[in-house]
Amino acid sequence: MAAGPAAVLVEAEDGEQAQALHAEVVRRRAAGELGEVAEVVPAARTVLVAGLADPRAFAADVLRWEVPPLVRAAAGTVELEVRFDGPDLADVAALWRMSTEEVAATVTGTAFRVAFCGFAPGFGYLTGLPPELAVPRRASPRTSVPPGSVGLAGPYAGVYPRASPGGWQVVGTTDAPLWDPDRDPAALLTPGTDVRFTAAR
Amino acid sequence: MSAPDAPAVLLTVIRSGALTTVQDLGRAGHAHLGVPHSGALDRPAHLLANALVGNAPSAAGLETTVNGCAVRASGPMVAAVTGAACAVRVDGRPVAWGAPVRVPAGAVLDVGAARRGLRSYLAFAGGLDVPPVLGSRATDLLSGLGPAPLADGRELRLGGERSGPPRAADVHPYAGLGPELVLPLVPGPRDDWFAADAPRVLARGRYEVSPASNRIGLRTAGPALDRVRHDELPSEGMVLGAVQVPPDGRPVVFLADHPTTGGYPVIGVVPEAALWAAAQAAPGTPVRFVPAGGTR
Repeated sequence: MAAGPAAVLVEAEDGEQAQALHAEVVRRRAAGELGEVAEVVPAARTVLVAGLADPRAFAADVLRWEVPPLVRAAAGTVELEVRFDGPDLADVAALWRMSTEEVAATVTGTAFRVAFCGFAPGFGYLTGLPPELAVPRRASPRTSVPPGSVGLAGPYAGVYPRASPGGWQVVGTTDAPLWDPDRDPAALLTPGTDVRFTAAR
Repeated sequence: MSAPDAPAVLLTVIRSGALTTVQDLGRAGHAHLGVPHSGALDRPAHLLANALVGNAPSAAGLETTVNGCAVRASGPMVAAVTGAACAVRVDGRPVAWGAPVRVPAGAVLDVGAARRGLRSYLAFAGGLDVPPVLGSRATDLLSGLGPAPLADGRELRLGGERSGPPRAADVHPYAGLGPELVLPLVPGPRDDWFAADAPRVLARGRYEVSPASNRIGLRTAGPALDRVRHDELPSEGMVLGAVQVPPDGRPVVFLADHPTTGGYPVIGVVPEAALWAAAQAAPGTPVRFVPAGGTR
């Protein structure tokens, strides 16, 4: 789909395929096959490719791509140590019909992946939880969620890189440096990164 | 980065104005990390101001809103004001708008209220030397990257980077502002989420620029666009110029500080070249969206 005169929004069947498509766009861009590209922005079910010299040609070409399924890069897994001390831990436990200890075990036992970033610099939307564990946002968002807060909303997990308003259900806290503009990349959680949470003692 | 032969000139903010920010060409290539592009909303005006003082296009300057600003220079400097037309004064004496101006040591450069347009651009020879974040010195009001908006008393250092000689351009390629803002609209990607008459409603021109507009988006007041699809749109990537339609049905044109992803459908995209005029449209200006060729 056209997104203005120089960008194409490519829609995938589901989130998993969007991530696979994103990986393929990144691979082909690195291989120099795409020509001029300003931004590649993955999202829930789409990949936006912007700043194309010839968006029509790209739009026609992408339909013919064979997109290989996602592979997990075990070597590149980011581990985030979490204290399960969040204000919404009990609410999530009630929604999941389990104890707070079991919530922690479920989160640390899940292989997450950064599907995309948005909302704030370095805020990654992490997929990996089974669909039945999707949780609603809080009925009233907090005016300020502290940095490092580990939250859940819908099918996603995420970590607030800095204090901001937010409606995610906060189950824990991490001290990991999620955002550092002097680092390259500035975000710890970049799209496609595998993530595991570990329980802090 | 001050040159050895010239002590850096310090600017002291005497009057910060309604909203004055440091701007340059923005930080491209980080949208996938959730980082807005940012940068001068009226890019041609920013580029012209830099050219007038002999700066590289990437040098950082100031972007004012509505009522200008005033700064005192610790040493002699060359500055230029472009963008919204306004009175420019040095220590109270009128000087040229849209031309290089010599400001003596200790003098106050005052950029008056916009007489036409909304945002004036100040360039200083050598550029503003604030620490870059992800390759840009621009203030991003959505994500908070870059320097905070100017406050009275704040000091800004001019870069000692060598700039070329100031030059008075023979012709300023600067588009005038009409009585209404006409924005070409390339349909999609989600135009099929809206009623068939949406393009007609957009083109009939009963919208106007809402006072709630800012660097993130030009908001409009006018008729609500009806949707034929009411399901939730999963978050998707947003381009500069995307016309997003929130639940109230009033289109919002995404400007430089727009979020990188969004969950409301985008009915069409205004090409970049038409956005500079949008940056200068004051609240109350009539807006019309006219269909432009798509790539679908």
